Amino acid sequence: MFKNITGAIKENIRDYGMYIALALIMFIFTTLTDGLFMNPRVISDLIDMTGYIAVLSVGVTLVIIIRHIDLSVGYVSGFLGAVAAILSSRFNMPLPLIIVLVLLLGATVGLLWTGILVAHVKIPAFVATLAAMTIFRGFLIQITKSETIFTNNDAFNAIGNGYIPDIFQGQGLHLTSLLLGMVAIALYFVLEVKNRRKQQEFGLFVSALPAFLAKLAFVAVVVMYFVWKLASFKGFSYTAVIVGVVVVVYNFVTKNTTLGRHIYAVGGNPEAAELSGISVKFITLVVFGSMGMLAGLSGLLFTARLQSATPTAGMGFELDAIAGAFVGGTSASGGVGKVTGSIIGALVMASLSKGMDLMNVGVSYQYIIRGLVLAAAVVFDVKTRNMRAKSA
Amino acid sequence: MGNILEMRNITKEFPGVKALSNVNFQVKEGEIHCLVGENGAGKSTLMKVLSGVYPYGEYAGDIVYKDEVQKFGRIADSEKKGIAIIYQELALVPDMTVYENIFLGHEIKKNGVVNWNSTKIEADRMLKKVKLNVHPASKVIDLGVGVQQLVEIAKALSKEVKLMILDEPTAALNEDDSDNLLELMLDLKKQGVTCIMISHKLKEVIHVADTVTVLRDGQTICSLHADKGEINERDIIKHMVGREINDIFPKRDKKQIGEVQLEVKNWSAYDHKLGRKVVKGVDFNIRKGEIVGIAGLMGAGRTEFALSIFGNSRNYQIEGDIYIKGSKVQLASPKKAIDHGLAYVSEDRKGNGLILIQDVKENISMANLAGIAKNHVIDRNMEIQVAEGYKTSLNIKTPSIEQKVGNLSGGNQQKVAIGKWLFVEPNILILDEPTRGIDVGAKFEIYTIMNKLVAQGLSVIMISSELPEVLGMSDRVYVMAEGRMTGELAIENATQEKIMEMATI
Repeated sequence: MFKNITGAIKENIRDYGMYIALALIMFIFTTLTDGLFMNPRVISDLIDMTGYIAVLSVGVTLVIIIRHIDLSVGYVSGFLGAVAAILSSRFNMPLPLIIVLVLLLGATVGLLWTGILVAHVKIPAFVATLAAMTIFRGFLIQITKSETIFTNNDAFNAIGNGYIPDIFQGQGLHLTSLLLGMVAIALYFVLEVKNRRKQQEFGLFVSALPAFLAKLAFVAVVVMYFVWKLASFKGFSYTAVIVGVVVVVYNFVTKNTTLGRHIYAVGGNPEAAELSGISVKFITLVVFGSMGMLAGLSGLLFTARLQSATPTAGMGFELDAIAGAFVGGTSASGGVGKVTGSIIGALVMASLSKGMDLMNVGVSYQYIIRGLVLAAAVVFDVKTRNMRAKSA
Repeated sequence: MGNILEMRNITKEFPGVKALSNVNFQVKEGEIHCLVGENGAGKSTLMKVLSGVYPYGEYAGDIVYKDEVQKFGRIADSEKKGIAIIYQELALVPDMTVYENIFLGHEIKKNGVVNWNSTKIEADRMLKKVKLNVHPASKVIDLGVGVQQLVEIAKALSKEVKLMILDEPTAALNEDDSDNLLELMLDLKKQGVTCIMISHKLKEVIHVADTVTVLRDGQTICSLHADKGEINERDIIKHMVGREINDIFPKRDKKQIGEVQLEVKNWSAYDHKLGRKVVKGVDFNIRKGEIVGIAGLMGAGRTEFALSIFGNSRNYQIEGDIYIKGSKVQLASPKKAIDHGLAYVSEDRKGNGLILIQDVKENISMANLAGIAKNHVIDRNMEIQVAEGYKTSLNIKTPSIEQKVGNLSGGNQQKVAIGKWLFVEPNILILDEPTRGIDVGAKFEIYTIMNKLVAQGLSVIMISSELPEVLGMSDRVYVMAEGRMTGELAIENATQEKIMEMATI
């Protein structure tokens, strides 16, 4: 019995490792800052500052799954953010139109530049996106004319700073957010129970009932705790909602659609995928197209958050996004990775920054520590994979 | 002259397989000694033991070289003693020059600084030895395969080689280059270099060999000597295939062979990577309910033929026509081929057949996700049902369909691969080496599955290097050699000897 439990922990440690890491980091910072880290305002801010990196992490996760890389997402994001700022402040374009245009432009960049160079011309993604990185850095400086462009449109700025309205007018507590949180948990319960029942029906391995219930209760408590924190501040921010939608959509596509399966198949073994009738070229185009679109979204979020577009916006985003994906369990050798994992990974990296900021740790140390954590995450990935290979 | 090499009672085991058992192998100084045998007979394994690829301690038995027992821990150890091995896949760096390649790894240097002048002079001398007239500063990538082979030999000579091992040196060469190489071997013999050559081409073997040793199923069968007049094609083949067909093949109740399902006419394929034609003017057909075997030796172009008809236009430039049920079709991609009812179970399960890091059910559904999806959303319920279905019908031994395929045994991996391709509901199933690397019990199960499938009206093309299997399972046998169909035999007329003769042309 004991063996079974340790065995199960070993089996699943890859999947849960980053959740444990996140909990540990939060616990350490909460202790070191005398509870300041768990302040509702800090939590809310943490989520908003993760947002524009998190959506990039989601996109780059798919890129890494199909064994490529994208170094250009930072400056592409910065450039598209500047485009959005210009459309808003100079052309007074309505917000929905700006969003659609910027997302389309992003997808086009991903498809026409990286997608075609990598899928058709067969240039290594590293080089193609390194070139794009430099090109878009140039474009960014060009269209901002090396000056900061302020966005004065309140609706636009709300994407990065605003909170969803409370239709119930709660006193000191954001009831709409609280309700949304409870609905999400209820949905999660329904899906988990349904899934478990299906697995039982086919005689597949399921965890024991107490363990299953404990897991549900644990998730519910943790989620409600954070929802409560947010609700007692200003509720869900628009950024949180947008990131939530991106995660839900991408998680569904990767897990439940033929497209998602094709992406994992191409990453797992491109030769086998091609011989199974899957077009590796098409999948490569789709993944880089989606990456471009998410870079557009990231640009919108970042510009709205700063209420301005600067000529250096997007610098280093790609590294944070890639780090988030790796910390979140995406395998450097392709074929393995989860959207949810990468979000957690991005949150881990952001928590480190936030926590160290609160403790007034110098920037130089912050970089060093984050680098070490990234290295540790990949070492962990490689080691647990070897462990599995051995047990097989 | 005495023996330069004696390998005594060499036994080498891999997990679950005895690759060599008590092999004895003696090579006289200054002779050309050919090592022959079917694929999997243990030739390459024996040479890897000799050269230190499998280090001392991983095998049982003694290697006596120049009257001393050797304990090679790695390749460098055997090289130091003057043993060089030249592999089928050349080990040259394409973007380096000829002279850089010749001295790669044992550069002429002083205090770590390479002396390029003496390198060039020495390289020139080596090239003269192999009678090669190329500029030492040419890049290897610009040279033909035959010339590259000679550069490789020059490299071996530069290490003052005493015993040179050539693993199928002429497999990739055209006739002129092959003749050239064989002449060089005879010439080197005069200069005192001893050669061991592994070859499938018996005519070449007969031309150069002083002694021929035949291996079969990891054992030494016999040694034939030229000076005693023992070396002739018939005897070599007899010893190569000599075993009785003792594998048991399940019987098919009644054969119902119908109309032609697939016909290929004048089919040629040019391999972009190798830069040469790998399939040359092949005609082929298969009927409904028929098992057609394609026999031949490694490198005969059988896999290339299968891959090229399976829509693999990325890797091959194709000429020729395909007819399915009498109408001409263009199969531009594997997807098209699948849509036209073809399925291809790869010889290389791990390389391009399965995704080892995914589980059984994901592998089975991979080639036909549309079959378990509604509006592109996967019905996991249905996927589980499908996978469970194949797990039962193909008797896949796995703890669950959520087990990663990489954790299964070879035989069960093969069944997963077959399940994956049955799920596309093909009319024509191509099985490339369907029983390679799997045990006897699983083999029998796979034969049974094949019989069941043809009884349901499928056509099965079986590419196999195991002659008993070809003879035991096929209704008709094609033989390929060097990219050509060199024979077609009705099963009643097919014998191991006849096939081997056609395969070694």
